[in-house]
Amino acid sequence: MSITEPSVSPAPAPAPGRVKSWRLLLANPLTVAAAVVLAVVVLAAILAPWIAPYGVNQIDVANALTPPSPAHWFGTDELGRDVFSRVLLAGSTSLTIAVTAVASALVLGLAVGVVAGYAGGWVDAALMRVVDVMFAFPVLLLALAIIAIFEPGMLTTIIAIGVVYTPIFARVARASTLSLRTSPFVQVSRTMGTPPASILVRHVLPNIGGPIVVQTSLSLAFAILSEAALSFLGLGIQPPAPSWGGMLFTAQGFLAQAWWMSVFPGAAIFVTALAFNLFGDGLRDGLDPRQRTIIEARQGQRRRERGLLTRRDTISREGQS
Amino acid sequence: MRIAPAQLLRFLGARLLSSAVVLLGVLIVVFALVHLVPGDPVRLALGTRYTPEAYDALRAASGLDRSLPEQFFSYIGHAVTGDLGVSFRNGQPVTTTLLQRLPATISLALVGLVVALLISVPAGVYSALHEGRVSDVIVRLTSQFGVSVPDFWLGLLLISIFSVTLGLLPASGYVAFADDPAGWLRQVTLPGLTVGLVAGAIMTRYIRAAVIDVASAGYIRTAVSKGLPRRVVVSRHIVRGALVPVLTIAGIQLATILGGVIVVEVVFAWPGLGRLVYDAVAARDYPLIQGAVLLVAVMFIVVNLIVDVLYAVVDPRIRAA
Repeated sequence: MSITEPSVSPAPAPAPGRVKSWRLLLANPLTVAAAVVLAVVVLAAILAPWIAPYGVNQIDVANALTPPSPAHWFGTDELGRDVFSRVLLAGSTSLTIAVTAVASALVLGLAVGVVAGYAGGWVDAALMRVVDVMFAFPVLLLALAIIAIFEPGMLTTIIAIGVVYTPIFARVARASTLSLRTSPFVQVSRTMGTPPASILVRHVLPNIGGPIVVQTSLSLAFAILSEAALSFLGLGIQPPAPSWGGMLFTAQGFLAQAWWMSVFPGAAIFVTALAFNLFGDGLRDGLDPRQRTIIEARQGQRRRERGLLTRRDTISREGQS
Repeated sequence: MRIAPAQLLRFLGARLLSSAVVLLGVLIVVFALVHLVPGDPVRLALGTRYTPEAYDALRAASGLDRSLPEQFFSYIGHAVTGDLGVSFRNGQPVTTTLLQRLPATISLALVGLVVALLISVPAGVYSALHEGRVSDVIVRLTSQFGVSVPDFWLGLLLISIFSVTLGLLPASGYVAFADDPAGWLRQVTLPGLTVGLVAGAIMTRYIRAAVIDVASAGYIRTAVSKGLPRRVVVSRHIVRGALVPVLTIAGIQLATILGGVIVVEVVFAWPGLGRLVYDAVAARDYPLIQGAVLLVAVMFIVVNLIVDVLYAVVDPRIRAA
């Protein structure tokens, strides 16, 4: 996103220059923290089978319900299974489901939204009514209905979450496409006789990336929460396979005896969802042109206030481009 | 208030029509639900209670022995008159069962909404008026926490603290308000807090955005520049201007809560619609699932319609759009 500044000298009173997206992201400590947490979570999920100190279903009744200790960082559950190992492995399942479901929702929703937004007319009207209908069902209820049709399990959970989040992507993609359709460069391309399919792939898709990336991060947070809720209800991942939601369901029976059984799996869901949400927010600030302008204006103002917007600053910006 | 009746009527007509279209779509989806089940839903529902006589009786009672179009029109015809068929499990009319469970869910949702409003209105307005300051960042971060926390985990934590450790409030159960208002209040406190804290976090974000939006409007700048004291600008202009979006958010949130309390109802053994859906999914009681999904979706559509209409009555700009 760099804009080449004309090297006129002396530099005129500069309009607040475009700051690179990644610089905006790095400028926000919360976004950086969220990114680091996400990296750790993803890494832990990938490496889970190797770094888990115990087998997920390694039963050790003699050591059941022992509190956190050096041997068992997160304590043990009612069957003496290591809670830390189970939280790790459950994380890998949870992330797999969330990523697969959101990726499917993204592809499907993007296709529907871009076609609807670009085609307009009755195609748009028809597709958007379908999206409206899907929006009329609360997320978890729709997911439950889908699970009631098929057998509970990993694939069903992915389908349920994927279906539920498709309309959101469709709406975001349609809104962005609508505003692009009338933009001069698309109009020009159309007058030049570029076929609609190429316009969609070459011009529209690359330019609606921002809102879609933001929506993806936020949807991943909600997908993690949805999967946990479904597994908590016993309709997602089936025991004995570990899942954060399923572990919490078991923990409900041991609230008085073993706080660690409910605290750690819940904290894992919370931290992961929070990291995706904060990262999504940071992305929005970094990618949304309106937000960018506000942030840039503020940064400019702050710099002016500090009396730093001097020749040195202008030079350094020229050096960047 | 000045209302152009013709314009308002036209808006109402269009809005009603689009709601009707969505409702029809919802009916189609709900009807299709039972037909998407791989295998024979009646056979599945009967499970071990299967006998050829029971099978034929249930099939005939649920109308599944007729042709598909016949079934569809009969389903819609009956649904419109409030007849949602009979439960696969106990032969009870679905409508009766739903109506029995509705008050518990509505009372929980309303308590949740009140808690959410008590948190989100002050927090959202304060945060918006202190945009960019430390207090704003704290409010935003806290609301992010609330958005990312799994509601059932929050419920478990509240039970751990207030029921198990402190012994102050009951962990589960339900008393009807009409029977024992004080007992009802004790029972509803923890589930209501759980629902309200999560909903409040979501609403805080929207209310903050709405107030910032209003505060940056031209007429606010005019009010400030003509020398009105800040207190007057905030109370007479900003808060009043933000009232409409806040009402919209509250309405939509109420609809969301009504459809989203499933897990909280399961955690607190609250005998509402959510708990009913959960049991119905486990029992593969398709007519009951269909009825509950339909009821919640209709509530969602109706609440949205009411919100939109109120919006149009209050804000003439919407009608013109």
